[in-house]
Amino acid sequence: MNGTPITQAMAEPPASGERVPRFQRPHASVPQFCNSPTMIVMVGLPARGKTYISKKLTRYLNWIGVPTKVFNVGQYRRDATRSYQNYEFFRPDNDEAMKIRKACALTALKDVSAYFTQEQGQVAVFDATNTTRDRREVILSFAKENGYKVFFIESICDDPEIIEENIKQVKLSSPDYIDCDKEEAVEDFLKRIECYKVTYVPLDDVKDSHLSYIKIFNVGSRYLVNRVQDHIQSRIVYYLMNIHVTPRTIYLSRHGESELNLVGRIGGDSGLSPRGSTFASSLGKYIKSQSIPNLKVWTSHMKRTIQTAESLGVPYEQWKALNEIDAGVCEELTYEEIQAHHPEEFALRDQDKYRYRYPKGESYEDLVQRLEPVIMELERQENVLVICHQAVMRCLLAYFLDKSAEELPYLKCPLHTVLKLTPVAYGCKVESVFLNIEAVNTHRDRPAGEEPPCVILPPALYRRSRAQPMASPTPTRAPRLQDLGVTTLSLENVDINREEQDALTTVPEHF
Amino acid sequence: MTYPLSSQSVQFSTTASEDRKAYSAMVLPAASRMMTSCEEDAPMETSPRELTQNPLRKIWMPYKNGLPEKHISQRKVCMTNCPTLIVMVGLPARGKTYISKKLTRYLNWIGVPTKQFNVGQYRRECVKIYRNFEFFRPDNEDALKIRRQCALTALNDVRQYLEVEGGQVAVFDATNTTRDRRSIIMKFAEQNEYKVFFVESVCEDPNVIAENIVQVKLGSPDYMDTNTEEAIQDFMKRIKCYENSYQPLDENIDRSLSYIKIMDVGRRYLVNRVQDHIQSRIVYYLMNIHITPRSIYLCRHGESELNMKGCIGGDSGLTPRGKEFAEGLGRFMQEQNIKDLKVWTSQMRRTIQTAEALSVPYEQWKALNEIDAGVCEEMSYEEIQDHYPLEFALRDQDKYRYRYPKGESYEDLVQRLEPVIMELERQENVLVVCHQAVMRCLLAYFLDKSAEELPYLKCPLHTVLKLTPVAYGCKVESIFLNVEAVNTHRDKPENVNISRLAEEALLTVPAHQ
Repeated sequence: MNGTPITQAMAEPPASGERVPRFQRPHASVPQFCNSPTMIVMVGLPARGKTYISKKLTRYLNWIGVPTKVFNVGQYRRDATRSYQNYEFFRPDNDEAMKIRKACALTALKDVSAYFTQEQGQVAVFDATNTTRDRREVILSFAKENGYKVFFIESICDDPEIIEENIKQVKLSSPDYIDCDKEEAVEDFLKRIECYKVTYVPLDDVKDSHLSYIKIFNVGSRYLVNRVQDHIQSRIVYYLMNIHVTPRTIYLSRHGESELNLVGRIGGDSGLSPRGSTFASSLGKYIKSQSIPNLKVWTSHMKRTIQTAESLGVPYEQWKALNEIDAGVCEELTYEEIQAHHPEEFALRDQDKYRYRYPKGESYEDLVQRLEPVIMELERQENVLVICHQAVMRCLLAYFLDKSAEELPYLKCPLHTVLKLTPVAYGCKVESVFLNIEAVNTHRDRPAGEEPPCVILPPALYRRSRAQPMASPTPTRAPRLQDLGVTTLSLENVDINREEQDALTTVPEHF
Repeated sequence: MTYPLSSQSVQFSTTASEDRKAYSAMVLPAASRMMTSCEEDAPMETSPRELTQNPLRKIWMPYKNGLPEKHISQRKVCMTNCPTLIVMVGLPARGKTYISKKLTRYLNWIGVPTKQFNVGQYRRECVKIYRNFEFFRPDNEDALKIRRQCALTALNDVRQYLEVEGGQVAVFDATNTTRDRRSIIMKFAEQNEYKVFFVESVCEDPNVIAENIVQVKLGSPDYMDTNTEEAIQDFMKRIKCYENSYQPLDENIDRSLSYIKIMDVGRRYLVNRVQDHIQSRIVYYLMNIHITPRSIYLCRHGESELNMKGCIGGDSGLTPRGKEFAEGLGRFMQEQNIKDLKVWTSQMRRTIQTAEALSVPYEQWKALNEIDAGVCEEMSYEEIQDHYPLEFALRDQDKYRYRYPKGESYEDLVQRLEPVIMELERQENVLVVCHQAVMRCLLAYFLDKSAEELPYLKCPLHTVLKLTPVAYGCKVESIFLNVEAVNTHRDKPENVNISRLAEEALLTVPAHQ
């Protein structure tokens, strides 16, 4: 770290004319606290929410910049065996099946290793029942050999209603029950659970007192937390203690069209245009028509979101954290002006829109850090309408829809359109509601052009894990190619020496 | 600790009534006047209220007939409408008062008015002289009456604080070891519509208990005239008096209560029924604090180019003297011989340059960046007075809440720094190289300073503050590393009126190039 080129460049001002591409800064907004990789090991009988928690936690960790991946052993089992016949596969005396199941677990562990060593993963979520002390010992030894930290998450639930609901929501549609009728599937699954109950040994207060874990009882009414070792485990515990499964809806919307939107200027703190005001009243009518109980309304500290909320005639809370991305020296400029006054900056932004930080401003990466408390509170709440801004809405949407850092800055969040998000099964249903009031388009795609330049990587020496949030990698057996500079999306002309018209080809129309 | 408004003439405040009075005297800059459709006597349903921006805090709020309406709730940490009563539970010497004070300090710092009510204190006021442990014997009827009375008096004061004094959270610090006593408290809370959250500390490690007694009991007023041996013995007997009747919170019987059980000084926690945001934050905080001895070093970057010119903000590099300080800091930290020292900086050049001279790994936090002075960035105070005399005056009126146009306030800074404080609590030995306003905020957290004092805390350049937790508070050592630097501290001038003269405004500006 001392004397390495990047930090030297940071410490001394660049000579005039020398370009110091800002996106090269290897520093994320917050220090990366993970040194040894961490294995999160789920524990619990079937239908206790292990996969739900695994996926949600993975989505959250990736969003805040900790590369995380789920390894679902059931998936490995489905890939290994021909087809699922019935619960007899899971009988504790079925030796053949036991061999297969153990082999699957070991293969999954191997993939965990590969994820950590070859793909620069930081956290691996080992999603399986792991209900016997034996199995957990295998995992602990594996982790010890490799120098991984282990954190257990055990989900304990004896409420038959919750279990039945789980089965309906996620098991009936599982590949295992594709050709079964509902009644049969439920019966079979319940017998499957019985198979595990026989050998289930929960984490023990005394025998396992040296392990790090959280026990979640009855979907969160009670938690037992033992030996939190480090920052990331502390954040995981905090997150798990804030999520819930009560059905609810989150509405995301931008403010109504603003005066600055109309003239194609970014940032600023202008008020609504006449069409924007019309949108605001339509929004009020729409919200009323939804008849949402106990709706909370959140805005930013900027006039345009507050004006929009005012039309709803209900109390609202202002969050400074919801303010639009700070464009620094580019505040209130049009894209044409940015191209004219800061052509290099403009090109750098197109090269890596996620990490690019405006001079004296922010990056999308900074925004995500800023929005983390908002997400945490959204998890705690039930029905919420968030009236915010384009970049902010992209970040929030990326969290709910598990979008990667590459996709995030290009998510479409048009004006006068409400996105209605409803949690369902393991994900989120999105309904897009355009409230039928015309507005300018403020979306700027990646510009088109010639060859993509090569993306310069931060030096591997630098003591920090990748801060770039990624979408939770698809839970397959084959590791996914890391996009460390190899992107599948075409980067068209983002060269800093590009022509003006190439830079401005994707700028939306405005007055 | 509440945040009383300064007693001097505060023309702009955050209370609605004072806003209304102040408005007539003020000239609103054109940008904040709203252009819209007519709204005279229009009912709320058909036309939205116009907005105006509070000139001090730069917060948009609706107004009618030229005056601000009732203040829209800003995002306060605690959005509970009902106040919260935190009830400590545990045998003596289990860290209840330590936790109460620390938690109170944290909540106040993040902006939740909180106060601690220590029943032992009430008992000391009632029974002037403490003789010995016999006072606490479970069969001492007279004493029991007194102790009960003290608890009730304390509860009354809690009510006073939560309802009359604008408090949001009250921490009821007593043993509360019997189910009986806890019922009384819950009934009281129910009657007054307070939420209750129990914090129970359970510990059987004799070493920890002995250490507690040495750290905080021996110095207690109860044992002022007793020698150490006798004091310890008496206190152990006191604990015994409670042990027999101790009924810990029970997993089954108390399953409908909201509580956290802290076991063995944080090795293990049992959390039951967290009801709302503030309880969730409290749990998170309690799960991150520890009592391992350690030191926190706070210092600013070395003197910067802009410092020399008397300009604020910006992202300049170190002056030669600044570089000298950085070297000196490196030597100083080496002499301190700290194991596993973590070094944190902001993402601004001057702190990074300073850390570079230490030749140890360091981590950068954007959250540690200096307060954003918005349109005033890189200006000297003279220039600010010249270009923005109104803003300059408003800042002097309420420096904590004042937000620079397109910038931040100290209040914003505190919110921004909360994750840094949380991580500082988790860590052990840390050196934080930061900036003046940021250091003031961090210092205010450790030393429990009010919003009024915070923006005027003295954090001179080239001086390291070494903070060591001790007993219920923090010991501070100030070490000047003997490299001269400009003074950047500007005291509050006498005249904060917007009509003041330039000279009056610039009276307290420190000398510079």
